[in-house]
Amino acid sequence: MLLKELSSLASPLSSGQVDKLKQLTAELSAVQLAWVSGYLSATAEQGANLLGNETAAQSAPAQTITILYGSQTGNGRGVASELAAKAQAQGYAVNLASMGDYKVRQLKQETILLAVVSTHGEGEAPDDAIELHKFLASKRAPKLANLNYSVLALGDSSYEFFCQTGKDFDDRLSALGAKSLQALVECDVDYESAAQLWQESVLEAVKPLIETSGASVVPLSGSGIPGVAVSEFTKQKPYTAELLVSQKLTGRESDRDVRHVEIDLGESGLSYQAGDALGVWFTNAASLVEELLTKLSLDGDEAVTVGKDALSLKQALIEKKELTQIYPGLVKDWAALSGNAELLSISDDKELTRQFVRNNQLADLVTTYRAEVTSTQLLAMLRPITPRLYSIASSQSEVESEVHLTVALVEDEREGGARFGGASQFLAQAQEGQEVKVYVEPNKHFRLPENPETPVIMVGPGTGIAPFRAFMQERAAQGIEGNSWLIFGNPHFEQDFLYQTEWQQYLQDGSLSRIDLAFSRDQAHKIYVQHRIAEQGEELWKWLESGAHFYICGDAERMAKDVHQALLDIAVKFGGKTEEEAEAYFEQLRSDKRYQKDVY
Amino acid sequence: MSEKKSVEQAEPLSVNEHLKTDSNFLRGTIQEGLDTAVTGSFSEGDQQLIKFHGFYQQDDRDLRNERKEQKLEPLYSFMLRARVAGGVCSPDQWLGVDEIASTLTSSNSIRLTTRQTFQYHGISKRNLRTLIQSLDSKALDSIAACGDVNRNVMCNPNPVESRLHEQAYYWAKKLSDNYLPRTKAYAEIWLGDDKVATSEGDDVEPVYGKTYLPRKFKMAVAVPPDNDVDVYTNDLGFIAVAEEGELIGFNLVAGGGMGSTHGEVQTFPRLADDFGYIKAEDTLKFAEAILKVQRDWGNRSNRKLSRLKYTIVKYGYEVFKAEVEKRAGVKFEPKRDVVIGDRGDRYGWIKGVDNQWHLTLFIEGGRIKDLPGQPLQTGLREIAKIHKGDFRMTSNQNLIIARVAAEDKAEIEALARSHGLMGKVITPTRGRSIACVALPTCALAMAEAERYFPDFLTKVESLQEKHGFLDQGIVIRMTGCPNGCARPFAAEIGLVGKAPGRYNLYLGASFEGTRLNKLYRENIQEAEILSELDSLFARYVAEREKGETFGNFTVRIGVVAAVIDAAKDFHGQTSHA
Repeated sequence: MLLKELSSLASPLSSGQVDKLKQLTAELSAVQLAWVSGYLSATAEQGANLLGNETAAQSAPAQTITILYGSQTGNGRGVASELAAKAQAQGYAVNLASMGDYKVRQLKQETILLAVVSTHGEGEAPDDAIELHKFLASKRAPKLANLNYSVLALGDSSYEFFCQTGKDFDDRLSALGAKSLQALVECDVDYESAAQLWQESVLEAVKPLIETSGASVVPLSGSGIPGVAVSEFTKQKPYTAELLVSQKLTGRESDRDVRHVEIDLGESGLSYQAGDALGVWFTNAASLVEELLTKLSLDGDEAVTVGKDALSLKQALIEKKELTQIYPGLVKDWAALSGNAELLSISDDKELTRQFVRNNQLADLVTTYRAEVTSTQLLAMLRPITPRLYSIASSQSEVESEVHLTVALVEDEREGGARFGGASQFLAQAQEGQEVKVYVEPNKHFRLPENPETPVIMVGPGTGIAPFRAFMQERAAQGIEGNSWLIFGNPHFEQDFLYQTEWQQYLQDGSLSRIDLAFSRDQAHKIYVQHRIAEQGEELWKWLESGAHFYICGDAERMAKDVHQALLDIAVKFGGKTEEEAEAYFEQLRSDKRYQKDVY
Repeated sequence: MSEKKSVEQAEPLSVNEHLKTDSNFLRGTIQEGLDTAVTGSFSEGDQQLIKFHGFYQQDDRDLRNERKEQKLEPLYSFMLRARVAGGVCSPDQWLGVDEIASTLTSSNSIRLTTRQTFQYHGISKRNLRTLIQSLDSKALDSIAACGDVNRNVMCNPNPVESRLHEQAYYWAKKLSDNYLPRTKAYAEIWLGDDKVATSEGDDVEPVYGKTYLPRKFKMAVAVPPDNDVDVYTNDLGFIAVAEEGELIGFNLVAGGGMGSTHGEVQTFPRLADDFGYIKAEDTLKFAEAILKVQRDWGNRSNRKLSRLKYTIVKYGYEVFKAEVEKRAGVKFEPKRDVVIGDRGDRYGWIKGVDNQWHLTLFIEGGRIKDLPGQPLQTGLREIAKIHKGDFRMTSNQNLIIARVAAEDKAEIEALARSHGLMGKVITPTRGRSIACVALPTCALAMAEAERYFPDFLTKVESLQEKHGFLDQGIVIRMTGCPNGCARPFAAEIGLVGKAPGRYNLYLGASFEGTRLNKLYRENIQEAEILSELDSLFARYVAEREKGETFGNFTVRIGVVAAVIDAAKDFHGQTSHA
């Protein structure tokens, strides 16, 4: 944690203590700081032992609520942190941790476990939850008769295996003999209010189990997410930054519009690490809102209220509501309103609904299926607008107070014209100097190796290249030479080679050792990154065996799976492993944090 | 001689000379360059060597700045020129050429050059090998189509005197084949032939040696009275001398060349000198002697002064001639009388002496492309599918459908008309006018040429119409730079680019290509060019003598001085006016 982000809100210290600490550390040199950190850590250990010895007899570990989260996009972490803050405010001792950092052997000592976990793709656990998820289903899992638990599941109901990972946790904990404090809560994409209810009700439910320890001792072990800055700017309270540049990266003849976006974080003190994501709040395009108002015969000037805000309907649609991503509930509501048989049958079928919400926006829905709607009905049906996360494409060692993104304009042709992604259109059309509200979403599961000597293999087709630009900037700033291998792909060499001249420069100055390229449409048969990985299998295996970290960023649905398969094949072919051994090999890499993914 | 030679050797060799020496007979690191996928370009040194393999690296200059902002390298592509002696190819070869254009180039077009071959624009590096292999499968190649070697040999494709043409073509082909580089680099790199162990000895290249020529070398064979090949603009020209319809020998001319540099008066365009008559059977003796004298005496320190024309000027006509005769072992005879005539092509159908028919198609700017309402490329493809004779590319960037039997005429003409290849009225001026490629692909271009020229000609035609002599042809040529690919200094009206929209205006060349033009106005824009021409045309119509061509008129009335000795006159006093 950087000191400049240290605040009493994010630490167990009072604001007075924080000030004193800040004052002290400001005067210390790097060497002095290192010595102090060692001194404090030793003191803390002794203190903990003392405390442990003293309290072991009288107070059961039941005094501590363990809150675990498994989160890919940061939503789960957000909900868990809020819960931890509320629990602390009520005087409970809390142990907040990522499932990825949690020692599974500790599980049988727990008495209260509150878990927040999301689900991805086809019912998959997020990366940091994989190990615990597996452990609970394994033979090694202990009986958990003393455990009281509750699970909050995050998911997207447009997917077939909605909240599957949360369900799995709930089932497995129950099967191991743990008692449910509160039934599983499944949250859809608009999870906020359901999550708040769950937070409140579980804290009610734990009350009879523990005595509050008073406000004096609140060991917030794992509070920190090590190395992650806790900022005063959050998703709810974003920083209003200034957009500096939105530069098209793809050539004139490209089918794609990919932008290089530079944002000035100014004096915000916001900091991030290579691998983190930036949350970007956006507003909907005025032209889209006009189109909707016309189609729905609604008056944009009509006064409405959204939450506590009174504003015009037009403003509400531009600023407050999600228009470019729709969700199953909306399809259902609209089907009921329109009474349209076709839409009703779509909304009754999960798979059809999933396809529908993927391929349509609100404007398409209301155009295809006509219905009379009042402004109040409409606003009630629509979800609040949510920010989008973009993997950061820069390192602060290089760009200081700026943050760079690589944004693909989501664009789709319709009969009635083009439809755009809300945030990508906002960023692509943004003018220099425009305000944009942002916050940093740390991703500690996507980090450069601590040891600068460790080789890195980076696979980032399309906009998946973004974090590797950050990685290379960071490595170059640290003066790390070579030991780096980039594998990139896109449709056409001449048009879609994102940041081409920068890679050439890195190759030339030796920061980047090698690059392999897969331009899928430059020849008769399509070539993707996984094909290049297969071609280079022998060399890649050597790198892995020499300790390389392997990173994938980009499309989760197909690319990351194909790359994974290519890796398994390499382990079989060049490592002489069976298929099971190959799986285990990469499982081990993953758990050693040598195989990291930032996929979406 | 040896004294002069040693003085010259004291000057440092040009960079290209070291590149050639170190290239292991033109291999360089081309192979490694092909394997480097992160860039669409070759290394600087290889960019010089690839010319010997027939292609140039270019980039789309319109996009340079835009792509820099996009963090993309320049849009590199390659221009590949084939080697087609005398411009003759079969319909089957044409179909191959056409398919390559459609599948392996981004310009999707074929461009006929001013030296009777075709070239492709917009080839990406990754497609080069496939493209060259595809050419090879049709018995075509691009070896030495560019580079410091003997380039594509031109030959009059006149189908009227077909017996004489055949004999002239025989010599053109022989000259082309005989002076091909012998290195196996092309076969190894492009066709995948096994690496041949190479010695550094001169036996690899018996004529050229390992440093090849100091500069490009151009040859042409002309069949009088036609001078479509612009024989005097070549390093080495052979003007056919016939007796009773049979070729007996040539008047040999040497030392022509267009290239020059703006603002450097030691560079200049030049027309070839007459050296005398040689017997047909001595053709190769003289050609090889001249190549070797140029190889040994040519300037290898300054590439701007290394063409044969400068060698002849430097050593003197007589000294050069004596050395050639000594090496050839034969002496020149006095030149025979021949008539040098028109440089244009004869459009439409012409019947040859062998009762076969030949159709010359006007191809504007030599660009064969499917345009709206004018699917030229498709049209030629359809013709190639049924044609039994051959195709001949002309030095005016046109195409002849040659050797058509009387009964096949109608079908071919119908295809030509329905695809916009025939039917438009071509004025005598437009039919004789040529332009180089220039922007956006040519790295040397300072101004537009091919893209702009058709519109410019339309404006000149209006002026001719206004002054009532639209039926008379004027040879007008435009290039984007003074290197002279469209032979602008041998045009009655020559326009040579200086900057975007600005040209030098040259006047006073003869209609037949036997006298150079001279700078008349420098660095002027379209309006000024047209206003100059307007007043000159007015004077021409009022004051010309009977049968006097525009170029001769401008010299006679003193608008510009005649250029007789290019080295002295081309940059001399502009005019007497």
